[in-house]
Amino acid sequence: MRPHNFPSLIRCLCLCLGMAWLLSAMPARALTADDALALVEGGVADRIDALNRLAGAPDERAAALIRAMAAREVQVHEGRVFISGADGVRDAVTGEPAELPEGAQDVMVNNRMRGALQGALAALDLIGAPPARQREAAATLQQRAFDEPDIDMLPLIERALAGELDEAARASLLMAQAAVLLDSEDEARRLEAAVKLGGARQPVVRPLLLQQIERESSEEVKAALRQSLAALERSLQRNAILAQVFSGVSLGSILLLAALGLAITYGLMGVINMAHGELIMIGAYATWLVQVAFKQWLPGWFDWYLVAAMPVAFMSSALVGAAMERSVIRFLYGRPLETLLATWGLSLVLMQGVRSLFGAQNVGVENPAWMSGSVTLLGNLTLPWNRLFIIAFAGLVLLGVAMLISRTRLGLFVRGVTQNRPIAACMGVNTARIDTYAFALGSGIAGLAGCALSQIGNVGPDLGQSYIVDSFMVVVLGGVGQIAGTVYAALGLGVLNKFIEGWAGAVLAKIAVLVFIIVFIQKRPQGIFAFKGREA
Amino acid sequence: MSPRSVKLPAPGPLLTRGGWSAFMVALLVVCAVAPVLNLMVPKDSMFHLSDYMVGLLGKIMCYAICALAMDLIWGYTGILSLGHGLFFALGGYVMGMYLMRQIGTDGHYKSELPDFMVFLDWKELPWHWALSDSFIATVLLIVLVPGALAFVFGYFAFRSRIKGVYFSIITQALTFAAMLLFFRNETGFGGNNGFTDFKRILDIPIATQGMRMTLFVITGLTLLGFFLWAKWLVGSKFGRVLQAVRDAESRVMFCGYNPLPYKLTIWTISAVMCGVAGALYVPQVGIINPGEMSPANSIEIAIWAAVGGRATLIGPIVGAFIVNGAKSILTVSFPEYWLYFLGGLFIVVTLFMPQGVVGLVRRWRGGPQARRGPEQAPAATSAATAAARDDVPPMVAVPAEVKA
Repeated sequence: MRPHNFPSLIRCLCLCLGMAWLLSAMPARALTADDALALVEGGVADRIDALNRLAGAPDERAAALIRAMAAREVQVHEGRVFISGADGVRDAVTGEPAELPEGAQDVMVNNRMRGALQGALAALDLIGAPPARQREAAATLQQRAFDEPDIDMLPLIERALAGELDEAARASLLMAQAAVLLDSEDEARRLEAAVKLGGARQPVVRPLLLQQIERESSEEVKAALRQSLAALERSLQRNAILAQVFSGVSLGSILLLAALGLAITYGLMGVINMAHGELIMIGAYATWLVQVAFKQWLPGWFDWYLVAAMPVAFMSSALVGAAMERSVIRFLYGRPLETLLATWGLSLVLMQGVRSLFGAQNVGVENPAWMSGSVTLLGNLTLPWNRLFIIAFAGLVLLGVAMLISRTRLGLFVRGVTQNRPIAACMGVNTARIDTYAFALGSGIAGLAGCALSQIGNVGPDLGQSYIVDSFMVVVLGGVGQIAGTVYAALGLGVLNKFIEGWAGAVLAKIAVLVFIIVFIQKRPQGIFAFKGREA
Repeated sequence: MSPRSVKLPAPGPLLTRGGWSAFMVALLVVCAVAPVLNLMVPKDSMFHLSDYMVGLLGKIMCYAICALAMDLIWGYTGILSLGHGLFFALGGYVMGMYLMRQIGTDGHYKSELPDFMVFLDWKELPWHWALSDSFIATVLLIVLVPGALAFVFGYFAFRSRIKGVYFSIITQALTFAAMLLFFRNETGFGGNNGFTDFKRILDIPIATQGMRMTLFVITGLTLLGFFLWAKWLVGSKFGRVLQAVRDAESRVMFCGYNPLPYKLTIWTISAVMCGVAGALYVPQVGIINPGEMSPANSIEIAIWAAVGGRATLIGPIVGAFIVNGAKSILTVSFPEYWLYFLGGLFIVVTLFMPQGVVGLVRRWRGGPQARRGPEQAPAATSAATAAARDDVPPMVAVPAEVKA
């Protein structure tokens, strides 16, 4: 039975954190009253020592007490320690139910103590936990070891290391071990730790090393620390460059996706399609609609909606594109400036149409679960899954387009019509139909781009506007009529953009790239454009 | 190429008799009728011209100047610029800097510096504001800044013989890059918000009815003056070469002309006109911000010219009034449908009205040939249209000379 004088604040805490108690409601073994008292009374430094000692070789009662401390459920009265959990008050040493005496005081837990408790709890959690929880707990421990390296944490870490561990968790713990070893009295162990930390590739190690260099007394260890610091900095620098290259390639693949459709309609057919961005937007909206449909009718398959969205996005953009070609663009072949204006008009209509249908607000496209999160390589090089997906997707689409153009009958016809329309017509190619197919293909690829872009950015009626200038730049820079040129231009521009961004900021980088393209085109128009003959 | 008449029309008068009459009427309307209707006629009279209308018409006249400038470069020279909004905005920004300095210490922060600089905690004017205190320097810069930029850009572009859609696309990239640059606070042009809250011009309060009317009259006179100048330009030998460049640039080159100075001159003149329009626009509208440089605005200038009728000079002015008039009505009463209308206009005009409203009027009055003045070019045809007639896709176009 719960005593009547049970404080209401504690009761609330008990309701919230009672689960911790359930875990520890087992027969007591070897926690002594002295241990328990050392943990709850005295100077903070002594209490932390006691805590680390207990957590290094805990029995159930000690673990329960540590958990209860972290949950602030511990009272002390005249040398007896009580835990007041959800199922009533118990004696911390025996685990037997007890009455909470009058005048029992809550055990104080200040910030420093709380930090130590968290470390200890993490160490307790490590044993026998599922891998995800292990990684989390190991990261907490590592954080704690780096923040405040304390040799007393060593038994706790070593005990955790002795158990069965997830690989990533083990790596974190080894780093934590090296960090606390820096606090050791033993010079040899410090040296060992200094060397070990050189293998760490995390930025958090840097301040730790710097701090230790300041206060290290032994020259030998100091030299090892310096060496480790240098190695660390080299690795960090290399990773920073790799990260920049990655984000450059990622941006490049986005540009490639946006420009690939344009490379067909503009590069191969010579149609200036200013509504290309809106076709991307339509693909993104199609993806959103598929997502909504999956949420509504197939929630169990939600993670795979993207697979269904791809053909839908392709088809919807391709149909809109075919309709555009049939109704407007085919009357304007050979008049590029007029095509430009008319397709701009189409883009305004499409944008306003989407705004009328779905509203002017952005719609929310959720990533499937498998695409969120990231993979970490080489220490601190973090690659988000959705970016990796886009790169792979861009590669697949590129491969598909290349195969289609070079290996299929349709591709053959498209090339034929591009190279010489009258002769192709003489050979019996229905050039008007090929025009429509080719335009629909280019539009459909824009739809696929929209499907991919919906995974990394906002989806709204203005989505296309932000890509149109960029994608034209890519096609123009890459050389009209060449898909390979488009690939080089997209990746080159992406990486260049990200590198300039590194030291000049995003906006200036964009301006610099645009100016670069303008200058480059003026310098080398022949090399860039597929002009033929003297007209160039 | 289809055979074309080689008979050279004799240089005619600047305007026909009817043309001069219409011009005088327009002059009278701008300088006398509008001020009287606005300032003298009582407010409740049905003939009163409201201040709102004065502002709107003044604004549209600025747009008409842009459309005229676009016509010179697109209609007569066959070069479609998608960056004219940049020159317009540059003229506007030069004027805006002067107007910002005219605010003096009356700003929100009561500082010598413009408010946005106080907000950014700047202590002194950046170097590029050095001349903004002087009105004379401002007037010069309104011409020089867009002119110089156009000259340098045009020199490199035309020297490399960039033409057609490539030119259009890189002008679009140019204005896009400039827009991004002006959006930055560090550039020193007020960032996102641009300039606004003007108080005075030449130490005279700017928000009075008299000042508004003065600006209106100046804008109208500028428009009419530019119109006459453009008319003279396209009728001159210089203008003929421009049209020859538009219709068959290679042949012009084979005749011994170097197209570069011709294109560069008209391109620069066109940019300066836009800059002046921008400078007149800012005091009337009371705000300038980087949004004016967005690619969409520049494309809109092209549609004004196309709606009115390219290569007619009067057409683009009419087009600017039609489109912007429709815009000010539609955006108020049917904001949902304005973009449908504008988009539809782009499509309809390019598909069905290649010569615009002026072309329709001409056809209605008895065929295009009958009414074509001696100084007027054959209906807008670009080199690309000629290529289309030969049924060759432009990307792989074999030059006409080779085929012949």
